Amino acid sequence: MAAAEGAPGGAALGPLTPRPRRVLRRRRETRDTVTLELEPDSGWLPGQFNMLYAFGTGEVPVSICGDPDRGDRLLHTVRDVGLATAGICRLRPGDWLGVRGPYGSAWPLRETAGRDVLVVAGGLGMAPLRPVLYPLARRPGAAGRVTLLYGARTPADLLYTAELRRLAAGSALDLHLTVDSATTGWTERVGVVPALLESAAFDPANTVAMICGPEVMMRFTVAGLRRLGVPDQAVWLSMERNMHCAVGLCGHCQLGPAFVCKDGPVFRLDAVSWMLGLREV
Amino acid sequence: MLTVADLLTEAPLFAGMRADHLELVAGCGRLARFDEGAELVREGRPADRFYVLRSGTVALRVHAPGRGDIEIQTVHPGDAVGWSWLFPPHRWQLDGVARDPVAALEFDGVCLRAKCEQDHDLGYHLMSRFAGVMLQRLVATRLQLLDVYGHGSR
Repeated sequence: MAAAEGAPGGAALGPLTPRPRRVLRRRRETRDTVTLELEPDSGWLPGQFNMLYAFGTGEVPVSICGDPDRGDRLLHTVRDVGLATAGICRLRPGDWLGVRGPYGSAWPLRETAGRDVLVVAGGLGMAPLRPVLYPLARRPGAAGRVTLLYGARTPADLLYTAELRRLAAGSALDLHLTVDSATTGWTERVGVVPALLESAAFDPANTVAMICGPEVMMRFTVAGLRRLGVPDQAVWLSMERNMHCAVGLCGHCQLGPAFVCKDGPVFRLDAVSWMLGLREV
Repeated sequence: MLTVADLLTEAPLFAGMRADHLELVAGCGRLARFDEGAELVREGRPADRFYVLRSGTVALRVHAPGRGDIEIQTVHPGDAVGWSWLFPPHRWQLDGVARDPVAALEFDGVCLRAKCEQDHDLGYHLMSRFAGVMLQRLVATRLQLLDVYGHGSR
């Protein structure tokens, strides 16, 4: 959890007070998503998120999506889906926004030593998983086979494709892309993400799986992993539930006994499998 | 040289099938190759065969006027292409185009339907396997219909 910083004039900022940060760069990723590079802040772990505040508009939780070993860059990919995210997506280099964080639990990178790693992403779920790929790609051999299964609605909706292909070309990362539909010219797969499991090379008894995407996609991916014999204790999911205060006070993101903001967003499957099939929580 | 009978045993579609049934199926099969861009099946044309891919990728497409050819699924080695040969009016519902050079086992649907009529046990086992393929594709299609990556989802 973020430590409070000293504020101008000596007053301490509490955990609910955003720190102003300047936008250094802005990159359009897809029709409705942009990546903002912000002035670097405190350290963070892959899987954690910040609360981003568009001044006068609203605050939203957004995963940190850059390279964890690049302390000089703080990256957030944001999809324009509402008032606050539209305000954030409109920001240009030199503009300011408020940042609180980093918050939440991290992907289990320590668990990957000597094991196959399966990274499964859907849509914007690629953003919180990208930080996992850098260290795995840089240290080939630390883990076993590393496979990324990534799907989106159309080829134009896939994030970071050029960079993912570069990473795959320069490392042992096995990249599988798929889309729900495509026009001719698309050379990768067409179909749903869980169907990619059949073509991925991994040892079900010695694999760590990390999944992030729409809950329906995660549910079907979990079913596929179980069918192939991957135990629940080897599967981690990033959940998303209406996070508001981000410090476990307000209860907006409560998921049974857990708060997604402070106990998650990354959970081991055996801790949250009870709710994957629930219609309402 | 490998024969259809040899290769049948490697195809997931026929896994666990009795030897005498495999022999009947193999009798309706042959080896086929397609160049990149070749059409294996075309919407509306008689569906008198099906394929099991050995290598290459086949794109299943629907032509939408004004939008061109929309790819709705790709099919890969080990997968089956085509079940319209099983059901009247025996016409293809989609286009199936080789994305790259394709090697496949090709089966004569008319020949197999006749054998299934004569041997309902074979017909049951074959139909069970195609029902499994259809269920898998139906589940995937439902997921695609949900448009899970749509506006507002993560």
